[in-house]
Amino acid sequence: MRSENGTLTPRGRLARREWTTAALLAPAYSWLTLAVFLPLGAMLFFSFLKAAPFGARPLQFTFDNYLAFVRRPYLIDVAWTSIQIGLWTTGLCALVGLPAAIALARATRGRSQQVLFLLIVLPFWTNGLVRVFSWTMVLREGGVLDYALHLVAPSAPSVALLYSFPAIIIGLVHAYLPYMILTCYLSAAAIDDAYIEAARSLGARTPMIFAKIVLPLSLPGLISGAILIFVPVIGSFMEPRILGGRVGVTMGTVIEDQFVQAFNWPLGAALSFTMLAVVLIIFGVSSRALSARFGAQ
Amino acid sequence: MTSRLSRRTFNALVSGVLGAGLLATYGSRRAGAATAEITVLNWKGYGTDEAFALKAFADATGIAVKHDYFNAEAEMLTKLRTNPGAYDVVLINSARTQQVQADGLIDAIDFAALSNAKDLAEPLRDHPNLQVDGKPYGVAWLWGMTSLAVRHGKVADAQSWAILSDPKYAGRLALFDDSITQVGIGALLTGQDINNPKDLKAITATLKAMKPNVKLMWSSEDEWNKAFAADAFDISDYWSGAAARSIKLHSLPLDFIVPKEGAIGWLDTLAVPSSSTKKGAALQFINYMIDPKFYVTWATQSGAPASTNTAAMNALPADDLSHKIYKPEDLAKLKFMSALSDDRRQAFNDVWDEVKAFYAK
Repeated sequence: MRSENGTLTPRGRLARREWTTAALLAPAYSWLTLAVFLPLGAMLFFSFLKAAPFGARPLQFTFDNYLAFVRRPYLIDVAWTSIQIGLWTTGLCALVGLPAAIALARATRGRSQQVLFLLIVLPFWTNGLVRVFSWTMVLREGGVLDYALHLVAPSAPSVALLYSFPAIIIGLVHAYLPYMILTCYLSAAAIDDAYIEAARSLGARTPMIFAKIVLPLSLPGLISGAILIFVPVIGSFMEPRILGGRVGVTMGTVIEDQFVQAFNWPLGAALSFTMLAVVLIIFGVSSRALSARFGAQ
Repeated sequence: MTSRLSRRTFNALVSGVLGAGLLATYGSRRAGAATAEITVLNWKGYGTDEAFALKAFADATGIAVKHDYFNAEAEMLTKLRTNPGAYDVVLINSARTQQVQADGLIDAIDFAALSNAKDLAEPLRDHPNLQVDGKPYGVAWLWGMTSLAVRHGKVADAQSWAILSDPKYAGRLALFDDSITQVGIGALLTGQDINNPKDLKAITATLKAMKPNVKLMWSSEDEWNKAFAADAFDISDYWSGAAARSIKLHSLPLDFIVPKEGAIGWLDTLAVPSSSTKKGAALQFINYMIDPKFYVTWATQSGAPASTNTAAMNALPADDLSHKIYKPEDLAKLKFMSALSDDRRQAFNDVWDEVKAFYAK
């Protein structure tokens, strides 16, 4: 594909670029295929078995595991709790994370921005279990929070948040807030100052600028943050189990029980795939609604 | 004596070299010791491989003890099945004894060969789980239980598992997050067999009735200790061995009680595989394992579950915690776990998941 004077023709350059792209993508995608689809495929296969194929057991296929929600009606309550935890956590992360991201992107510069970013990613640097257990010390009756409150207001009733629904939400928001801030930051940083200047010169006030320009343009970040948070949160089991006490029963803990206590991998796998289907439906509906709302603009 | 001397002299004369004769005697003695070497199949670090014990046993009997380990009971079964003749002593949980016996893998025990067996507590030594056709297929060795732990000084009236749903203790209960244990407690409360309860609905209802009291569910000893130390609860089901550690190592103020309905026990036995070629030596080793001298050293130096040997328990120092936790009069109240089929395990798990979902509502 070389022309007579030895330079690449445009077509040759294009072909070479395609090869380079393929070579750069191959390691990641072959790893993902191996690491994601192989185990997931095995689990999908398991979910149609009567018992996990360990030892010399014969394979018996059944659809029973997918009827779990019919056979065990209490699972509907559990699933609803999980979805509530997901909605609360995602909502609070958005409420706290979006303003923080906009402020970071538009109002800070240089060194102070670096320091603020460092504070946001700090939770990523600690082990999740350590994080959860330190929350137990803060939230329990007579814990750090209780103690601090009584220093300020000695006559206040004691605060014992540990082993309650709010405790689960606090732990999860702490763990997942960075995702929301980082994805929103990317969207907010990409907003051209000229739009905002134009709006101001036309007389728009700050709330109007936020509603008409900043929010719609940050929406992609908000949505990807929400997806990144909602999915792991409704499957979470560590935070509900340790912080939730009696109320910490979620789909995550029920699925964990199937794997760890009942040795019923097929049922655990089927419950996981059912949850996956529910999540996909929620996303399908919400993305349609969102694109109908904002797509026209 | 004279014959041995003369043989030595004879040897020396015949070979013409004294050194060669000594070498030969030394060699034959080594060969004799090698036949008295037995192999034990057990969990790692579970008594039989204590260094002091192996040395003391070898000094007393000339029998050397080797070990092979398993990490799960299923692995123990596989090893027994696939390596006939490889093992002389094997640790078997009493819940599995009849299953292993049905496969023809272990021999009946002749208690006449065990001089220390006379002090074994009868409810354990003669437990039905160990008997097939009136013959014992294992020597009861160690035991422990899941029973009731309450805060010392705050809960004084704990005589029954019914205290778990006593309105007096609203919000002060912690439960072990384990379906088999909780269904077992439900069965004790409803007067059913913990291993094969017929009326799971009644158990579900009994467990659900505890809801106003349940504060949290624990799944590890460490979690239990932290929550109890932080005054999160006053009453809980708990493991006997862990209770001893909580009192001794963490100075937690707890009383460990066996309620009148009973407690959920486990019992480990030592058995002799039928394929063993050194059954005499194997029984000698088992006899040493139930020797009070061995148990007291093991328990006081490293800590051990309760011994089935009453003489061994009595030989512990007077201030030893075991006296408070493992009381001889409680033995008859223990209900021991049996092996569970997959269907039963799933049914138990479903009960517990349903109860937990109810607690969370």
